[in-house]
Amino acid sequence: MDPGMTECQYSQISTVASSLMESQLGKKIPKRKWQTFPGRNKFYCNGRIMMGRQTGVFYLTMVLIVVTSGLFFAFDCPFLASSLTPAIPAIGGFLFLFVMGMLFRASFSDPGVLPRATPDEAAHLESQIGDDDINSRSPPRTQEVVINGQTVKLKYCFTCKIFRPPRVSHCSLCDNCVERFDHHCPWVGNCVGKRNYRFFYLFILSLSFLTIFIFAFVITHIVLRSSQTGFLSALKDSPARYPSKVVVCFFSVWSIVGLSGFHTYLIGSNQTTNEDIKGLWSSKRGKGNYNPYSYSSVITNCCAALCGPLPPSLIDRRGFIQPDTPQTAIQSNGTTAYVASQPQAHMEVTSDSCFHSSLWPPYLFVLPTVVSAKPPTLRLLGQTENGYLDPL
Amino acid sequence: MSIAHSFFPYKILVSSSPFLFECWTTHSLQDLRQQAPIAAKVFVQRDYTSGTICQFQTKFPATLETRIDKQQFEDTIRKLNSLYAEAEKLGGRSYLEGCLACLTAYTVFLCMETHYEKVLKKIASYIQDQNDKIYAPRGLLLTDPIERGLRVVEITVFEDRSTGPGR
Repeated sequence: MDPGMTECQYSQISTVASSLMESQLGKKIPKRKWQTFPGRNKFYCNGRIMMGRQTGVFYLTMVLIVVTSGLFFAFDCPFLASSLTPAIPAIGGFLFLFVMGMLFRASFSDPGVLPRATPDEAAHLESQIGDDDINSRSPPRTQEVVINGQTVKLKYCFTCKIFRPPRVSHCSLCDNCVERFDHHCPWVGNCVGKRNYRFFYLFILSLSFLTIFIFAFVITHIVLRSSQTGFLSALKDSPARYPSKVVVCFFSVWSIVGLSGFHTYLIGSNQTTNEDIKGLWSSKRGKGNYNPYSYSSVITNCCAALCGPLPPSLIDRRGFIQPDTPQTAIQSNGTTAYVASQPQAHMEVTSDSCFHSSLWPPYLFVLPTVVSAKPPTLRLLGQTENGYLDPL
Repeated sequence: MSIAHSFFPYKILVSSSPFLFECWTTHSLQDLRQQAPIAAKVFVQRDYTSGTICQFQTKFPATLETRIDKQQFEDTIRKLNSLYAEAEKLGGRSYLEGCLACLTAYTVFLCMETHYEKVLKKIASYIQDQNDKIYAPRGLLLTDPIERGLRVVEITVFEDRSTGPGR
């Protein structure tokens, strides 16, 4: 607890001193774009890691996987390696590392967030919408576009001030428009969208293999032991471990295998969870209703989703903010408005970051070093904002 | 790009997730139009008729009629569209890259750029080239769409001193 809190306090003192000096000398340390990101996301490692707002369930996921696998490696693997083959812990180890790798990749990457419109763009769109309302009878703030023969309605996003491109949806939890939005996954602590869907899918697929693997070999262990010493004495040898592992694995197997199967179907038909739940492309809606995004074959759909080109992040979170560059419409009103309109979001980022930095020492072995809450703690001081945001 | 170009050297910023790539270049536009005010901004929107791939509309905006030839504008947009199509193309190369990445647990991208990032660099240099040769002499400036989240191609129209203020 103490190192984390000390880290917070040290950061506060150092930034106050440096910002005062800077405002006197007229120099500025350029801010990175993640520090003024308008969505409700959390950033760590100086913008390299991006997660959703509620990360508690993500830690639970990690704990469940690590503890269950740890118990398996500690208590079952020695017996299985000696009585069957050492390949069992090797394969288990590989599966475990792959699962954790995919989990981190899905949780920490940008899901495909669309940056909000610049003030000029927003004004241009507003003027266009204004003209259309006068002339046409169509509902305001929608556009229709024909994609591969299907009519798709594009809605106007009032938060991001853009017409949402096809397959883009606004996540209310993260307050961002996300490309090819699938769903917001609390287990992964992030949205699942265009850029991290394949990692999410590989995570649940490899996790289903891991749980089946552990489940099968725990049963094998019990069977082998009971053939040697009898069933009851086998259970007596490790009274608490087996039931908990078996129970966790049993329920996980059914839910995770089911989820993997569902996402395999979605990939094959090139749909998102969002579209499937709404039944957008189901034949029940009409005779001529079909999915305009689907390729000709299931194999092409799978290859496109899993092995297709990975688009880069559009939000450039580690880039430096240039003075006088167009910020989003909310921030362009000036420093006062910025502080006034966004205090809640950034204050929460601050308090959460401080809170997390105090809890993170135990998790440092798993997660990379948290940035020393230096930039977020600026928000607590208030006056330092102006020193950084004053142009020139 | 931004209004800052009136006052700062022209700067191209291309970033990919682990790496930040910047290159500074002084633009001829700066020499000619140091204090040139912006008359208008034209936004070329995305064309979604082929799906979610990145394509821009080739419709010629009315605001540019007096400034540039329609054919030249369409050629620029078509070339941009073909470059973006090349970046997102599904084929043997992209599948190979995807499989290699999966096998190495995506650590291979710490050493090399993705195909998409390479094409984005090509696009950035193409836009600069077009700005230098065609658009800057006519008082126009193309902004790289990646800086606008691949939503629009922003064309800044500067006031033409020869015709005076107020077009």
